[in-house]
Amino acid sequence: MEFGFTEDQLAFRDAVRDLLAKECPPSVVRAAWTNADGRSGGATSGGGAWHALGAMGVLGALVPESAGGLGLSELDVVLLAEETGRAALPEPFVEHVFVGAPLAVDDHPGVVTGDVTVTAGDPLIPWAVSADVVVRLDPDPVIALGTDAKFDAVSSVDGARRLARLVDATESRPLTREELSGAFWRGNLGYAAQLLGLSRQMLDLTVGYTVDRKQFGAAIGSFQAIKHQLANVRVGIEFAAPLVYRAAHSLAADAPDAAVHVSMAKAQTADVAKLAARAALQCHGAIGYSYEYDLHLWMKRAWALAGAWGDAAWHRERVARAILDVK
Amino acid sequence: MDLTWSPAEQEFRADVAGWLQANVPSEPLPSGDTAAGFALHLEWERKLFDARWAVVSWPEEYGGRSASLWEWLIFEEEYYRAGAPQRVTQNGIFLLAPTIFEFGTPEQQDRYLPTMASGEESWCQGWSEPDAGSDLAGIRSTATRDDAAGGWRLNGQKTWTTRGAFCTHLFGLFRTDPSAERHRGLTYFLVPLDTVGVTVRGFGRLDGDEGFAEVFFEDALVTDDLVLGGIDQGWSVAMATTGSERGLTLRSPGRFMATAERLVALYRERGPDAVDGSLRGRVAQAYIDSEAYRLQTLQTVTRVTGGDPPGVESSLTKVFWSELDVSLHEIALDLLGFEAELESPWMKGFEFALSGPIYAGTNEIQRNVIAERVLGLPRK
Repeated sequence: MEFGFTEDQLAFRDAVRDLLAKECPPSVVRAAWTNADGRSGGATSGGGAWHALGAMGVLGALVPESAGGLGLSELDVVLLAEETGRAALPEPFVEHVFVGAPLAVDDHPGVVTGDVTVTAGDPLIPWAVSADVVVRLDPDPVIALGTDAKFDAVSSVDGARRLARLVDATESRPLTREELSGAFWRGNLGYAAQLLGLSRQMLDLTVGYTVDRKQFGAAIGSFQAIKHQLANVRVGIEFAAPLVYRAAHSLAADAPDAAVHVSMAKAQTADVAKLAARAALQCHGAIGYSYEYDLHLWMKRAWALAGAWGDAAWHRERVARAILDVK
Repeated sequence: MDLTWSPAEQEFRADVAGWLQANVPSEPLPSGDTAAGFALHLEWERKLFDARWAVVSWPEEYGGRSASLWEWLIFEEEYYRAGAPQRVTQNGIFLLAPTIFEFGTPEQQDRYLPTMASGEESWCQGWSEPDAGSDLAGIRSTATRDDAAGGWRLNGQKTWTTRGAFCTHLFGLFRTDPSAERHRGLTYFLVPLDTVGVTVRGFGRLDGDEGFAEVFFEDALVTDDLVLGGIDQGWSVAMATTGSERGLTLRSPGRFMATAERLVALYRERGPDAVDGSLRGRVAQAYIDSEAYRLQTLQTVTRVTGGDPPGVESSLTKVFWSELDVSLHEIALDLLGFEAELESPWMKGFEFALSGPIYAGTNEIQRNVIAERVLGLPRK
């Protein structure tokens, strides 16, 4: 029994964390709200952070080595997704790395470097218009060429996540049941990990702010009304993270309960991310409510991902079916 | 990451489960927080001790099996799964013993550990006082040097002492240096409750059991060999115990996993048609939380086994398990509907669960600790 990550897994995480600190500071997240494609590289599709991740091999991490990828497992990449959540990376990271790249690599070997971007949605597809390949899980699960597809764009609360429905594509093939199921649970694991990273970052931002901010002649972080809200968030994170890591292990090991374990992780992280967002805003006060301040970029990503691919209630019901209904 | 048990661990589990199946009383014992029930629980403890299951993680010489932390977790899982009796010796074996192992003299270890493990002597915790609850450093009970008598004279009062009326011994903090600042000048004493000048008066808890006691000290003489860990060192010695109380040792995941399984069974027994639909999600959430607690413990034990001692994170754990325990019982009572008010293990368990967010440092104190020592927010 050993519940932890290897030195290699932690080193990979640290490398991605360092890369994102350089390539995806908050200014990049903010710029993605107003640029052409909502991504980290400005007007050109597939920008700085994306290509840097591609150069590191991260974008093909789950692609088999025989197809040019790193041939890693969900357990090796779960911490990377957590880091992209912490950075609020405005890229289809989960959709590409966890879902799309392994499905598309045979026809599009460029997914390994990120020269070809895959995205995925259920049914709302983020960053669809700028993607080269699109995976739609619902309705009618298909994998389609994005470049010749028709989309109906819709607006997300998260201005970077450019959403669209896939209307029509000339080149497409249906997903098999197996592909669909694997894609769905891997994607949910990725979102759960991102929600965890978002929660950690919102907590860190708020701790930093409440240490600096003075009212009544004292740092507001010294007041119990602030302390207890943030302590609750810290407790929530402490008891969400192990569910995420266990779900990654179960998927990697192809465990029979893997889907239920992912649902546990997604339900817990969706709830804790919403708690973190709420506490972060309240403890910041009016500055947090200001559009020019960065907090809302993280909050809105959290709100978007909390509901994507099944909200907490939906995933809890999956757990309920597994444990409560007599088989 | 490896989430499987080794063959040796599986064998250990089978041994534990087999012994429990053959020996756990078929009818639950009466509450160990009553005089009669306490005596019956001590008989059970003796049985555990004779089979060397009372203190599995202790060395063989004191009645244990030198079990690893992993085996200890397995033992606890099986213990609660089997519905075995509550551990009335827990304040001794889980709270005092780690402190004696760390700070006790060899003589103290030999004198107290075996009798504690067998239940021959039973220990209560003498920390809280009428004016020192959450503010534990506000302790006023004193220990004054009496050279002529060759020891220390205890004066003052402890209260809310769990099972104090049934125990033979008390471990507690007393002020040895009245001029020192709050956390300094305290000393940790081991006190036989039959010492002249000690009076114990039991009183009822919320659930009606006489599980609390007040303990009065009037010039009670304790000898030097009853000091644990040095004069005026009581606070740091005691803090070694709070880590145990809040974290790993007192509330192993097995307990909540077993309660969650019983909650699931209760839901199935009532049937989805008989209960409000909103309760499904709450049952599932409580089950998820008990899983989260189990997995977080595996993570912690991995770290501790790797040489990283458990620290201030025990406050995170304490807030979580105590609220989880309340929640598990609240949901069960909601499933029971109008029958919730009837006397039942669920109502009894609910009343007990409500003490969790209060004892071992209230959850408000824990949240302060988390904010200041985990998150780094300023004390003032």
